Order: sequence, then structure tokens, then C-alpha cells
Amino acid sequence: MGNDLLNMIELRDFNLPTTKNEDWKYTNVAPIMKNNYVLGASLGYENHLSTVLHDFFFQDFDYYKVVFINGIFAGELSDLTGLESGIIVDSLSNFQKNNSELLSRHLNKYSTIDNGFNEINNSLSSNGLVVFVPKGKVVDKPIQVLYLNGDKTENVLSVPKNLIIAEENAQVSIIANYHGIEGKEYLTNIVTEVYAGKNSIVDLYKIQSEEENSYHIEKVQAYQEANSLFNHYNFTFGGSITRNDINTCLNDENIESHFYGLYLAHKKQHVDNHTYVDHAKPNCMSNELYKGILDGESRGVFNGKIMVRRDAQKTNAYQSNKAVLLSKSAVIDTKPQLEIFADDVKCSHGAAVGQLDENSEFYIKSRGIPQDIAKSMLIRAFAADVIEKIKIDELREQINHLVFEHLNRVEVKNN
Amino acid sequence: MLVIKNLKANVEGKEILKGINLEIKAGEVHAIMGPNGSGKSTLANVLAGHGGYEVTDGEIYFEGKELVELAPEDRAREGIFLAFQYPIEIPGISNATFLKTALNEVRKYNGKPEATPKEFMELLREKSGVLGMDPQFISRSVNVGFSGGEKKRNEILQMLMLQPKLALLDETDSGLDIDALKIVSSGVNVFKNNDNAVLLVTHYQRLLDYIVPDYVHVLSKGRIIKSGGKELALELEEKGYDWIKNDELIEENV
Amino acid sequence: MEEIKTNGLQEKDEISEDMQLLNDVTKNEYKWGFITDIESDTAPKGLNEEIVRFISLKKGEPEWMTEWRLKAFRHWQTMEEPKWPNVKYPKIDFQDIIYYSAPKKKPQLDSLDEVDPELLKTFEKLGIPLEEQKILSGVAVDAVFDSVSVATTFKETLKEKGVIFSSVSEALKDHPELVKKYLGSVVPYTDNYYAALNAAVFSDGSFVYIPKGVRCPMELSTYFRINNEETGQFERTLIIAEEGSYVSYLEGCTAPIRDTNQLHAAVVELVILENAEIKYSTVQNWYPGNSEGKGGIYNFVTKRAACRGNHSKVSWTQVETGSAVTWKYPSCILQGDYSVGEFYSVAVTNNYQQADTGTKMIHLGKNTSSTIISKGISAGKSNNSYRGLVKVGKKADNARNFTQCDSMLMGDKCGAHTFPYIEIENDTAKVEHEATTSKVGEDQIFYLNQRGISTEDAVNMIVNGFCKEVFNELPMEFAVEAQKLLAISLESSVG
Repeated sequence: MGNDLLNMIELRDFNLPTTKNEDWKYTNVAPIMKNNYVLGASLGYENHLSTVLHDFFFQDFDYYKVVFINGIFAGELSDLTGLESGIIVDSLSNFQKNNSELLSRHLNKYSTIDNGFNEINNSLSSNGLVVFVPKGKVVDKPIQVLYLNGDKTENVLSVPKNLIIAEENAQVSIIANYHGIEGKEYLTNIVTEVYAGKNSIVDLYKIQSEEENSYHIEKVQAYQEANSLFNHYNFTFGGSITRNDINTCLNDENIESHFYGLYLAHKKQHVDNHTYVDHAKPNCMSNELYKGILDGESRGVFNGKIMVRRDAQKTNAYQSNKAVLLSKSAVIDTKPQLEIFADDVKCSHGAAVGQLDENSEFYIKSRGIPQDIAKSMLIRAFAADVIEKIKIDELREQINHLVFEHLNRVEVKNN
Repeated sequence: MLVIKNLKANVEGKEILKGINLEIKAGEVHAIMGPNGSGKSTLANVLAGHGGYEVTDGEIYFEGKELVELAPEDRAREGIFLAFQYPIEIPGISNATFLKTALNEVRKYNGKPEATPKEFMELLREKSGVLGMDPQFISRSVNVGFSGGEKKRNEILQMLMLQPKLALLDETDSGLDIDALKIVSSGVNVFKNNDNAVLLVTHYQRLLDYIVPDYVHVLSKGRIIKSGGKELALELEEKGYDWIKNDELIEENV
Repeated sequence: MEEIKTNGLQEKDEISEDMQLLNDVTKNEYKWGFITDIESDTAPKGLNEEIVRFISLKKGEPEWMTEWRLKAFRHWQTMEEPKWPNVKYPKIDFQDIIYYSAPKKKPQLDSLDEVDPELLKTFEKLGIPLEEQKILSGVAVDAVFDSVSVATTFKETLKEKGVIFSSVSEALKDHPELVKKYLGSVVPYTDNYYAALNAAVFSDGSFVYIPKGVRCPMELSTYFRINNEETGQFERTLIIAEEGSYVSYLEGCTAPIRDTNQLHAAVVELVILENAEIKYSTVQNWYPGNSEGKGGIYNFVTKRAACRGNHSKVSWTQVETGSAVTWKYPSCILQGDYSVGEFYSVAVTNNYQQADTGTKMIHLGKNTSSTIISKGISAGKSNNSYRGLVKVGKKADNARNFTQCDSMLMGDKCGAHTFPYIEIENDTAKVEHEATTSKVGEDQIFYLNQRGISTEDAVNMIVNGFCKEVFNELPMEFAVEAQKLLAISLESSVG
């Protein structure tokens, strides 16, 4: 298809945030705006039916397979064989046809439009992933969703809108796996809403390995009911500019939330992670652990906010974010924030920026191990407490591999 | 094996070693004793090539090779092993990975084939048996969650695995109870033969009951002020370091 | 004086004709359009160039000073009031403020019986001696405690060492070259809204100069300088520590200060040269408003230290219990290699008080280090925010920072907020930040009650323990008074 047939989207039409906005202080989105984009939905995915997708997936464990290409659900490439009846894994548009009432109860109920990117997603998105796990059901295998974005000849804008609903006592594990197609610069702009019903467990893994000439923006907004557990695992490898907003609202008692993040950046990559944990009710617990490894001329941003509202007595909230700078030109800006309005709480945050420890490096080298492996061992040591939180063994090892591959360093793994 | 001539070294711009002379031959066990702050640990770290210690003067030869410009990993591959006073914790790296990487690097450097997984496991089983270590430790992260005694034992295990020519034991006895001390010492005695050498750095005579030195040197204010046989250690234990200092004064006056 | 004249001439040579014309016009305007009686002690309400000129003229300032004030005023007009602090207060009408009134004595009272009994109660709790109480509350003092003679002895000792300790106005007359060199060199009038306002209209403040190699023989305190005059609304302090010198400076007073002026916008500038050290301690106890949140001071302060020389050091210690709204970030610019910045702070808010305070550590030189210890205590319906910045520039190799900011909440109607910014552009930096929030535990209080300690004392013990690291940094007497002050401001906050 030629350019003339496609509807070009100008981002200038939307009110995108500038660095004058406190929440975007360290992330300049001007480079994203220099392109006009073609909406992914107008490109179709027929060209990709013969693309070998196998290598994009994390392997060696059982999973349900879902494929989105430039934000469009590719049913032919997905495989949901064996999924228990009642559990729905489908595209947003199909789900709307068959379950409109259920959809309207959840869609756009948790995420508000906070900025121009959310606005773009809201006004241009026609599709995305829906996972619906009804009351008491447990999805027996993880659902691995491949989002393949980009195009050889067009600047593509993909705008998936995802919705995950886990009803009372339900349990589900989802792996959102983002990859790119080599070609022109592209923008992926996602909104994901998660509803964790009473006593439900939702594990959401995000592994972002987009092309290095791409822009990736996602907002995850979770809403948790009593006794629910939401785990978010966030691994960033790719993208030229990446911005993640990971938010959860703990709106009843005895809720637990865990946010784990590991971001690696080199060359001129820019990775910005914002988290917001909103404790609205008593007796809840949240824990955040974010780690960044910055090489080359990359820049990392971490902004974590814990809000403890007036009613949220007996809250336990922890946040830790650490970054190591591997090169002279890497930059990190971090802003951990606490806003506390209840008095009987235990809250803490810690932030540290440093280098790989010299004494540890000497110890390793004094055993005859060369410098590059010693450094890799220390990178592994630094990333270990995040990587080890991954519950799926094979996924854990493959992500470990990606860490070293991305930093172009000798891989160290335990045997 | 090791020849140190007029060695001077600084830590953070302050001179700690002020001219050390020492020679160690294959088959020998030397003990360096001295009060806190005399430079014992500095000497051990300088020999292993720690970047925080700057050699300002003097020479160190190991097996005829000039050591000062050599990187720490190359010193290790040449056969110098330092058992650390405070072993470092490395979360996320298992003992197995760590030891296997080290062993194969040393072997590669010396033109030997890498150990197969089977060979490695057999060697590991044999050496950890000497120290009475639970084989489970191998899958744990290096020194993470280890007690003081376990860390020291792990140092000796690494020594037995890597088979260096010269072992520098930096206060390996500190913080050990008597049973742990016996185990660690027996490890060192298993290691010891006519082709290698041991340099013990210690504050107390206690260790020398189990690892008998051929020579004892007393280090004070960055200099070796007295050398003798194993009986010197006993004398020190009895009379304390002040005795030497007085003695030294008398000698100087004469 | 001669030097200034030459300067004025040079400037005239350099400026264009247009500018000269403009100058003449404005001067004319001043000559003819000025409505205020020069002899008057008070300027009319409001702020314009005339008022700025009036203030400068009243103070007999040199021309360059007047110009500087005017530039500041013009710049101020282009600026907007900052909106980012986490505080709320009604909009200030800057035209409804009197910017100059001659330093006036407090009304003289005949005996302590005439003093507000509440004030006396506080004095008693603070353990302030009777004679001092009289001075503080404006009662005529007898010969036993003659503050004038104390101040005189004090000045002579300083003079011997070459230390200059005077008001800025005096310094402008006696040491104009020093003031000209350093005033505005750390906090330029362009810095922020309130710093610009202060530069335009500042009333007076302290000037301290410690010559090369001199260790100031005593702690310098504003207490001796201000005596019983009412403190200015727009204070300006300038301290210069020459190479290898040391001074400890105490600002404020533990006695409650009641002032009719609602807006306070002070500026403090510290210049520290090679191997020099300044220790700056503050106890701030401005009127916080009543328990309903009525009244109280707005305290918008810009404090900054420039560690210009290698191995220079600055240490800010503050205990803040007063003001209705506080907005204050004593900062350290660590320019010299091996320079050190420290910030120790206790901020207490009760009732409807709001505090947004913290520090900025700007690492520019190599091997610079900084420490931040901040303790925030919120009670009543107050809001207490820590806002801090640690920045390590590209060239600041081996910079080190350790930050600990702890909050304590008393009751469930207050808020504690932490907004630290960490910006690192150098890979050899090591920066650690820790923050915790806790409450005064009921079981802690019970435990102490059970040992026979009253709840009030128990709370004091716990709070003092919480703040210990900061109190340890204060000069001895100051620390004792600060502890008592804390007890008073938290009174009846735990039932």
C-alpha cells in the first residue's frame, strides 16, 4: 500500500507532555513527534502469515500462544488449544461482540486519561488483548502474547488496549512479549487495565525487546479487590525511548502487590519507569524492587510514588530502586516519593546509584577469572534479586541470557 | 619461589609498607605476625594485586617473574592464591559457576584442557569432603548467607580446587572456633607439599599449633623487625609484641 | 567611597546614549514623581521602582546598590510565584504590603506583669532566665544584664582577630568592596521569585567576614546583633569565610517570635574558600498561627552556600518548629575539589502548619561528599514535606552522598511527604537514599507508662530519640533549647 492511501496520524494533534510537566521532567518526547505515523490497523498482517515467529517466543515451557501484529489480533497465528471453557482469551473486538455487557463493566473503568499518549490510545485503538478468567478458574499454563510491531516501509503506530479480568478466586499468568520488525521508526503506545477480583492472583510479565529505533509507551493500571495478589514483572531491553507507567490501586483490605523491574540500556537508549502504588484501605502490603544497568550514553529514569491515604492504616509499603552506571556517559535520574496520610504505617524507600563493587571484582579476579567475566558476574549479582523473582524457571534463564546479550557481554549463568 | 626486595606500598596516600625484604622457597611455611595496623594484610593484598594498594618502591619476583605490573587475575593464574580476611559475597552467582569458571581459566592459562563437568564434580566432591562441607553449598550463591566459619572454609576449598603454588592466608583463623580452626588447618595441611608454599598472616599464635611454620617474621610499622623459627611465635605469645619493640630498641642502641 | 565613584563613571562611559536618556527620565521621575516624604519612617503600601529607590535612599546606599535593587525589582516583575511546593495558602497581594519601615523598638513595658501570660509560660518551659525574658518581651532591663555592654565586649574580641560582624547596611558603608564582590554572587536576584523580591527590598541583615586563617573565637549569634529591635521582614545575610578560616553562626532564637509581618522572604548567602568551614545553625520559631490555623508567618527562604575552594566545608543544621507555611531548601554548591556539604534538619509541624523543606546538594568538584539527615515530625492537621535534590555533574568524579529522611506521624489527620530528586551524570558517583515513616507506637508509650513515665514525657523521649542525630550537630545550649522547643510545639498532640 502506498502512503497516499493511508491515513497519516500527526501526533501534534494530541497534547503530548513536555519536560515542563513534572511527570515527564526527564523524558523528552520530541523525537517521537518528528514522524507522522500510519495506524497499525490499516496495514493488516497478511504479509506476516509466513513470517517465522517461533524465535520470538520464550521456549521450553508450555504456554497458550497469542499473536498481535501492529496491534491487530492474528487469530491464525495464535494457539489456544486446550483452554478450559469459560476462560476467554481473545481480541477486544471479538470480546465486544460476544460479551458487551461484561466488557462495559470493566473497560476504561480503571485507567483515566492522564496525558496525550493515553488520549491517542483511547481515540485510535480498536483492538487489544482480553483475558477473562471467571470466578474460581485457574488458567493452567501461562498465556504468552507476542506483540510484533513495526514495518519495513512505514512508520507504524500500534495502539493495543489490553484488558485482564480475573474474577473472584481466579488465577492467571500472562507474558507480554514485545518484539519489533526491522525497518522504519515506529511507536507502540499501549494501555493495559488489570482487574484483580477478590482473592485472585494475577502475574503479569512484560518483556520489551523492541527494535532500537522504536518508541514504546505503556500504561498499566491495576485495580485490586480484597485479598488479591498482583505481581508485575517488567524487563526492558529494547526501544530508543521507553516509558512505562505501572500503577495499582489497592482498594480493599489484605491486598498484596509486587512490582519488579529490571532495565538495561546502552548506546543512546532512554528508559523511564514510573510506578504509583495507591494504598486506599488498611492492612495491605506493597513491595517494589527496580534495578537499572546503564551503559554507553544511555539514560535511566525511575520515579516511584507510594501514596498511603487517610484510611490505609497498618499499611506496609516498601520500595527500593538501584542503578549501576557502567560507563562515563550514562545518566540516571531517580525520584522515589512517599506521600503518607495515615499514622500507623510502615513505609520505606531506598535508592542507590553506584558502580559494580571494586572489592568484589578484585575477589573474583584473584581467583584467576578475567576482567570481562568478573564484570558479568557482578552484573548477574546485581540483577539476581529481580531475575530470581520470575516464577517460571525457563523464562528466568532466557531472560538472564537476554541481559548479557543486550549488554553485549559474556553470559554468566549458574549450572 | 617468592622474592620481595625493599617493598614499599601506600594505601590512600599513606605509606604502610616501608621496606619489606622476604624470601620464600618451595616447601616452606612462613608466618607473618604483628600487632594490628602493622601492615600484615597490606602485604597480602599487595602480593595479590589489589588496586587500592600502590607499590611505590621495591621489587617482587614470583618464580623469577616481576609481579608488580601483573593484573590480579594473571597473578592468580600464575599460582598466587589469597584467602581473604573478609570473603566477598556475590549474590546470584552459585559456588559451582564461580569455581568452575575460575578452575578452567587457570587451566587454560597453563595450557591444560578444561575440566569436564564430571571431572569438576569429582574434584569438588573430593575437596569438599576434606573440609566436611555439605555438598548442598555448591548451588548456593558465593558466600551469601554463610557464617564466618563457612566463609573461611569456602576460601580453603577454593584453594584446594585451584592448587596454587603460593597460598597467602590472611587472618584465616580470625573468628573461628576451635573445631572450625582444626578443619581449616587440616585443609591447609592436605594442600601443603614440597612444590608449593604457604604464607600465613596472623595475629595469634593459636593457628601455628595446627599449621607449623618453618619461619616466623614479626612485622611492625611496615617493617620486618625480627625473624626466627617457630619458637619465636611461642615467645611472642608469652611476652607480647612489646617485648620485641623493647628488644629492637636495645639492638638499635647497641 | 572613591572607588565607587570611579565605577559609576566607568559605567556611564559604557552605556549607550539611549540608556542614558532612559536613566535621566527615570531619575527625573524619581525626583518629581516621588510622593513619599523622605523624612517619613514608613513607605506607603505597595511596590514600585519608587519604593525601591526610597528604601535605598533611606539606607544611604551607594548608587550601584540602588541599581542592583532596581534590576532585581524589574526581574521580579517578569517572574511568577512558584506553584510547585506542596503547600496551600491564600494568594499574597504584594501591593498590600509595607516594604519599608524604620527599625522600631518594641514597646517598652514596665514589668513582666504586662506581658502576655502565654508567652511567659513558654519562657518558663524553655528555662529562659528572668532577665532575658524581660529583654525578649520588651521590658526595660536593669543593669544586671546589660546587653549593650555584652555586645561591646564581644565586638572588641572579634575586632582583634579581624572578624567583621555587622549589619549589611553598616558593611555597605565600611566595607563596600566586600559587599559588592559577594552580594548576590551565591543567590543572584534572578534565582527565584522570593530571592528577586528580597534583593529589591531587603531591609537589613547580618554581614560576616572571617579573614584568612582565622578561627572565629566565639559562636556568632544574631541574638547579639538584633537585640530588641523587631527583625526585618526581608532579611539578607552574607557570610564570607576566607581561606583556612572557620565560623559557627547561630541564627534565630528559641523564644517564640511574634511579628506583625506575615510574609518573610529572607536570603542567606555563604561563601567558603579553600580549607574554610562554616557551620550555620538555625532555630526557627516564628508564630505558626493559632490552633485553628489562623494567622502565622509565611516563611519563604533562600539559603545557599557556595563551597568555592578545595577542601571547603559547609554544614547546615536547622530545627524548625514555627511559621504557618515554610518553604526553605538550604543548599550546598560543592564546587571545590574535596568539598563537603552537610544538612541536618528537624522540621516539626502541628495544627494547620505546612512545611515544604529540604536541601540541594550540587556536586561539581571532584571527590566531593554530602550528607543529608532529615527528620520530619507531623502532628495535628499539618503537612510536612521533604523535598531534596542530589545532583552529580559530569565532571564530579567520585562524588558521594548519603541521605536519610525519616518521617514520624502523630495522629491520623496529618501528612508526611518525601520528594527526593536524584540526578547522576557521572559513573563514579555513589549515592544512597533511605527514607522511612513510622509513628509513635502505642506499645512504646505503654512500655514507658508502665515504668512510671507520663505519656507526655514518653512522647518527648521518643521524639528526642528520633531527632538525636540532628541535635548532636547543634551547639550545646542550642541543642538543649531545641529539645524543649520540640516538646512545647508538640504539646497535647498525643492524647
